[in-house]
Amino acid sequence: MTVNGAAVGAEVADRTLLVHFLRDVAGLTATNVGCDTTSCGACTVLLDGQSVKSCTVLAAQADGHEVTTLEGLADGDGEMHPVQRAFHAEHGLQCGFCTPGMVMATVSLLAENPSPTEEQVRTGLEGNLCRCTGYHNIVRAVLAAAGEGQASR
Amino acid sequence: MSILGTRVVRTEDPRLLTAGGTYVDDLRVPELTGAARVTFVRSPVGHARITGIDTSAALAAPGVVAVLTSKDMDDLPPPPPPPEGGPNEAAPMPLGGPWSEPLLAVDRVRFVGEPVAMVLTDDSYQGEDAAELVSVDYQPLPAVVGIDSALAGQTLLFPGTESNVAVTAAKPGEGGGFEACDVVVERTIENQRLAPVPLEGRAAAARWADGKLTYWVSTQNAQISRFILAGALGLAPPSIRVITPDVGGGFGAKVGIDRDAILVAWAARRTGRPLRWVETRSENLVGMTHGRAQRHTVKIGGTRDGRILAYRLDIVQDTGAYPRMTGFLAFLTSLMAAGPYDIGFVETAARTVVTNTTPISAYRGAGRPEATAAIERAVDLFAAEIGMDPAELRRKNLVPSDRFPFSSPCGAVYDSGDYVSALDKVLAGAGYAELRAEQARRRERGDVVQLGIGVSSYVEITAADAAAGETARLVVHSDGTATVYTGSSAHGQGHHTAWAMLVQSDLGIPMAKVTVIHGDTDAVPEGVGTYASRSLQLGGVAVHNAALEVKDQARRLAADMMEASEADLELDADSGLWQVRGDPGTARTWAQVAGHAGHDGLQAAVQFSEGQPTFPFGSHVAVAEVDTETGKVTLVRHVTVDDAGTVVSPLLAEGQRHGGIAQGVAQALLEEMVYDADGNPLTGTLADYAAITATELPSFELLDSETPTTINPLGVKGIGEAGTIGATPALQNAVIDAVSHLGVRHIDMPATPARVWAAIREARDSQ
Repeated sequence: MTVNGAAVGAEVADRTLLVHFLRDVAGLTATNVGCDTTSCGACTVLLDGQSVKSCTVLAAQADGHEVTTLEGLADGDGEMHPVQRAFHAEHGLQCGFCTPGMVMATVSLLAENPSPTEEQVRTGLEGNLCRCTGYHNIVRAVLAAAGEGQASR
Repeated sequence: MSILGTRVVRTEDPRLLTAGGTYVDDLRVPELTGAARVTFVRSPVGHARITGIDTSAALAAPGVVAVLTSKDMDDLPPPPPPPEGGPNEAAPMPLGGPWSEPLLAVDRVRFVGEPVAMVLTDDSYQGEDAAELVSVDYQPLPAVVGIDSALAGQTLLFPGTESNVAVTAAKPGEGGGFEACDVVVERTIENQRLAPVPLEGRAAAARWADGKLTYWVSTQNAQISRFILAGALGLAPPSIRVITPDVGGGFGAKVGIDRDAILVAWAARRTGRPLRWVETRSENLVGMTHGRAQRHTVKIGGTRDGRILAYRLDIVQDTGAYPRMTGFLAFLTSLMAAGPYDIGFVETAARTVVTNTTPISAYRGAGRPEATAAIERAVDLFAAEIGMDPAELRRKNLVPSDRFPFSSPCGAVYDSGDYVSALDKVLAGAGYAELRAEQARRRERGDVVQLGIGVSSYVEITAADAAAGETARLVVHSDGTATVYTGSSAHGQGHHTAWAMLVQSDLGIPMAKVTVIHGDTDAVPEGVGTYASRSLQLGGVAVHNAALEVKDQARRLAADMMEASEADLELDADSGLWQVRGDPGTARTWAQVAGHAGHDGLQAAVQFSEGQPTFPFGSHVAVAEVDTETGKVTLVRHVTVDDAGTVVSPLLAEGQRHGGIAQGVAQALLEEMVYDADGNPLTGTLADYAAITATELPSFELLDSETPTTINPLGVKGIGEAGTIGATPALQNAVIDAVSHLGVRHIDMPATPARVWAAIREARDSQ
């Protein structure tokens, strides 16, 4: 599979989950595991541009596909993606554990709906739990990132 | 202009946002190369005798390094004797004695999730497979679930005890009690059991080499963890290095370390293999301590014109299977029972009981949300009984601003406050009168969706262990950068940003040149860490004081360099330059001054203790819509005043309030750990436990208020738990207020649709 633009291949057990492939084979540890019931969204990554919970995708299912993780979001010069910048500016993270999944879910959400309402943001992030921020500043960050996206068009 | 009080974005964020944090499971350090995985075999039953454990099949499974049970634990010091003179309920320490908790279960299990055996494997998938093959014979015993069952005492959890009541305490009221009251209201209220659910669960890694233990752990307190490990394993503290990498939330449930985490260190020493343990969420929901779980019986009395004269709070704390906190949580609830009110007669009584459920410990607020929930419900019940607006009743009874410091009848000394102003501010901000008018219109029309307005006023205690203090060491290097070594510990709060702000404010060394180091007992051997909203007022003040000491040293050095009198020197805190007053030509940088320092360099180490805790306060208004046909509650608005003294970082303070409010709302509406009568958890996964999501919350409306304390030089109090403490009762009161005209007086939390619907139905049927 292609992970953040680079080809990654390995022989793994059938049952290997994508999240463990990313963490243990590709060595990309930003993507976290926060539950075992596909409830928390901490493991959210992009699979061919669409957000998926990588704890509920087999690594084998991603064979031949493109995966993007938090580490692959900034551009080549290390300039943060607009969503990353917005989370920083709006204090949209505290402990940081949900953040990789939250950011990737946001990128996907804004790709589908570039100018969401607050309600659409809240509904769109329902599958991603955060225990620190009360979601207040996460929602601010998503709306700010959407605004920045609008302004740059 | 000082950087303090300005909106500074966090220094922690760029790394967390681009590379992700480094939590225990992310550590790729050489010392953990080849680390085996630890998987616990946990009790699937609530109460049983263990009659046999067969590990042979597991030992033969692929990748298994070892399977360990209590029989292997022959290398540990005996547990400390029980304290002389009985339990100290004011100390959050395990009760011990006949109530002792083993590391691995020996011959009995007392809750689902209790660790029984450890399986060590090359990888985690193998661990899950092999753990299934450990065969444990359980001979079931009757389970004690819930407070009634515990008090009935037909089954005792601990042989050698006479009841399931581990700790009893009482503080009788002084003076006239309820006799002088025109009106007395009494009610039993449940404050339900919650799961903390930090997004990162518990995790630890350990390596034993050359007589030294290196131990990485997800904790709020590296130094306390070292102390606990030293005692449990019989090691001298200097032979243990505890490192806390990034910590994915704690909320009180990661204070110190618990038995599971201790076992990882023990097993690493026992086997000589580096080990890593990262629990699954389903383990977390039964293995990590829970919070709350109190039953309150409130009795409140006063005059018909709204003067509250007497209050009694009877607490039963369900402490789960082991009294890990002695009677501490009920003690804190009792201490804060009177709330922000001036009530002549207040008495409390508390019992702490054991049940066959996950042990209870601190969870965001730890005893104070329970106290606030009890009295705020009692005040609303009293208001309803005398037909007075609940906000007006509060205003009449809040401690007036000219009475501080105020000695509460429960024994707390509230340092500073302006409770009436906080209430008036939040009412104005919410548009209280207009909300009541809208409520009246909906009631008049008989709308299906009714409006509820809930008010809470609170005072809470932060840095309850003020005397334990906190450490800071500040070093200014000869390149002009500075390093802060703090005993405080971050798990999302933004300590690195706040401490750097303090250094920049005091010394003019820009934040970008300040490095903060925490959570490594080799670098910071002495410290306490983070709980009880103590960080800024103890750890932050320690940094501030260290900066002032460094500044004094620098003044002497600069005077020497410039051959000037110390009194003539000034530090321009904006530019960070030392100079003879009025003579910019003499300017020296921090690098130059530090370079002039002797062998020890330019540094100061400080231990700061407060003379007493501080008491933040505030008022919340929750506005809720209740669908009277379905019982569905929607929180529409939440408006708060949370006054924690001087605000150093508005951004961080607001973040703490936001998160606190959300957890408070979660208790009011959604979250509850539920057990069946046999002690089986029914909410043991995140698919069942209703952790609050973005869709169940509105944006919050925060109002500013700063009433400084004189207890510390920064004038600051704690803000970490205030949101939770104020939000829960405001929303619970709002839900009940929405349907009070239908005859409903009380609904226990969480106010689920089923509960609200049933309460409406019951009220209608009884009319």
